[in-house]
Amino acid sequence: MKTNIFVKDRVAVVGAGLTLFRRRHLETPRELAWEAARQALESAGLTFDDIDCVVTGTAPDAFDGVHFNGEYIADSGGFGKPTVRVYVGGGTGVFVPVAAWWHAASGLCNTVLAVAEEKMSPAHPHPQGVFAYIWDPILERPLGPNLIWIFAMEMRRYMYKCNTTKETIALVSVKNKRNALDHPAAQAAANITVEDVLNSELLVWPVNRLDISPVSDGAAAVILARENEARRITDSPVWVEGIGFTLDNTHWYNRELAFPRYVNYAARMAYKMAGIERPWREIDVAEPYDPFDYKELHHIEGLMLARPCEAPKLLEEGWFDRSGELPTSPSGGLLGVGNPIAAAGLMKVAEIFWQLRYEAGPRQVKKPVHYGLAQAWGDLMQVGTVIVLSN
Amino acid sequence: MSKGLSGRRQPGWVNPPGHYLKRDEMYALPGLVRYKPRARYLFSAGQAQSRFLQGLKEGRILGTRCPRCGRVYVPPRMYCEYCHTRTMEWVELPGTGVVHTAVVSYIAAFRERLKEPVIVGVIKLDAPGYVEGGYEFAGLFHRLCGVTPEDVMSGRVIGMRVKPRWKPPEERRGDVNDIECFEPVEG
Ligand SMILES: [Zn+2]
Repeated sequence: MKTNIFVKDRVAVVGAGLTLFRRRHLETPRELAWEAARQALESAGLTFDDIDCVVTGTAPDAFDGVHFNGEYIADSGGFGKPTVRVYVGGGTGVFVPVAAWWHAASGLCNTVLAVAEEKMSPAHPHPQGVFAYIWDPILERPLGPNLIWIFAMEMRRYMYKCNTTKETIALVSVKNKRNALDHPAAQAAANITVEDVLNSELLVWPVNRLDISPVSDGAAAVILARENEARRITDSPVWVEGIGFTLDNTHWYNRELAFPRYVNYAARMAYKMAGIERPWREIDVAEPYDPFDYKELHHIEGLMLARPCEAPKLLEEGWFDRSGELPTSPSGGLLGVGNPIAAAGLMKVAEIFWQLRYEAGPRQVKKPVHYGLAQAWGDLMQVGTVIVLSN
Repeated sequence: MSKGLSGRRQPGWVNPPGHYLKRDEMYALPGLVRYKPRARYLFSAGQAQSRFLQGLKEGRILGTRCPRCGRVYVPPRMYCEYCHTRTMEWVELPGTGVVHTAVVSYIAAFRERLKEPVIVGVIKLDAPGYVEGGYEFAGLFHRLCGVTPEDVMSGRVIGMRVKPRWKPPEERRGDVNDIECFEPVEG
């Protein structure tokens, strides 16, 4: 990795907005994106005229059912402005503010609106069908795979390698759905038990229905600004200290599945930029990507917030609870708040923004916070995207 | 500053906009477009995979070796991802390997429930001479047979030695399904 991490310009997050996450929305993708953008502007005390550039993000067009979906939603914020859509599958939500960061850090734009939107409900009869087209047409599709297979295989490998159980992993789902009870946008908040997870519909052993985040519609937005501008806008800017993103190959079955190298590389890049040497001590609150419960543990280890195979034990001890040593997914995560793919990743960034401003209300973690992190992952176990923020 | 759903005014408390659409409402609207794109694709298998598929038809598992780092690729690539060099040397693998991971699927591609569950997994193939770095390896994603869901759940299947069960030669088409599945090596 030879990226220039010594970027001199500082960039801050100065506002955030979010729509309700729901299984189906009356609003169109554009309306959802506009609502999130409007709210982010309002929270920063800005208007559309104050924005120089726009970055949009959505995952596969096939969910919304509109080609060029990034451009389709762009008039909710990008009209008449330099606008770009970024797309790295599930990693998109964190990649949107990463791209917004370099727009500002390069000096090109003083203020950047970053919007992510996803409407999965239009795909009928089930959005899962859309995933049939992500597999290799020659080597994988003839085997009739379902998307959940790949996660189940990774989870099984992780359980084997780390000698952990479905019962322990289900605690992530229990924690995140419980955390989401305090989130006003949440779709899948609930007080459930490990037994509820184990007794939910068995899809692909070891994956049951409640091990997985729901299908969702929703949008999220944040506003980034260069230092001088950020200080004018707010007394409590949240600084972007580091960003990282990497890509692994598509051959997920040629790699050790128990450890996410693609997340680890992205994290190392972000930590180096942020000057963080011991992330397990220096990161106070984290939003690791949790579309599946085991993924949160897997990503915690990839992010070096725990040693490999140490996360399940720490989870059992309450280490990752809101009152714990290193709270993870205090928002409720994708398992609790919902998973409108690109919007879900950006929701995590918004949560860290609110946590670092002590504005998360009943979701505010117990310990004092200085550094926070959000991470997403995407494609065929390939993409890692990481952002480190501080107050 | 928006007013949170909790009723308290807090800046970080979003008052999230959006309206939930109930199922009957959705179908009452003209929003459901019944449209099935008739898109059909003729994919090319490429330089490396074409030869690999030809090998399957002959009952052989072929890979490519990188001249620079010595990695063996199965499925084969025409270039090394690590060195960015062309991989010209073809090698035949014995076909045997160990199960890296395995799962029991109760659903098919579009979430239809299966009558009989299917066991699928990742097979790490024996690649003599390949000094691997411990993370990446030559391997295939395929069905497993001759093992039970209990073998998967207990973890007994992981690390199990397996070999391909080939279709009879006259039924092979140069397709990953020329291998019916991977089955345990007896003894
Ligand atoms: Zn090489």
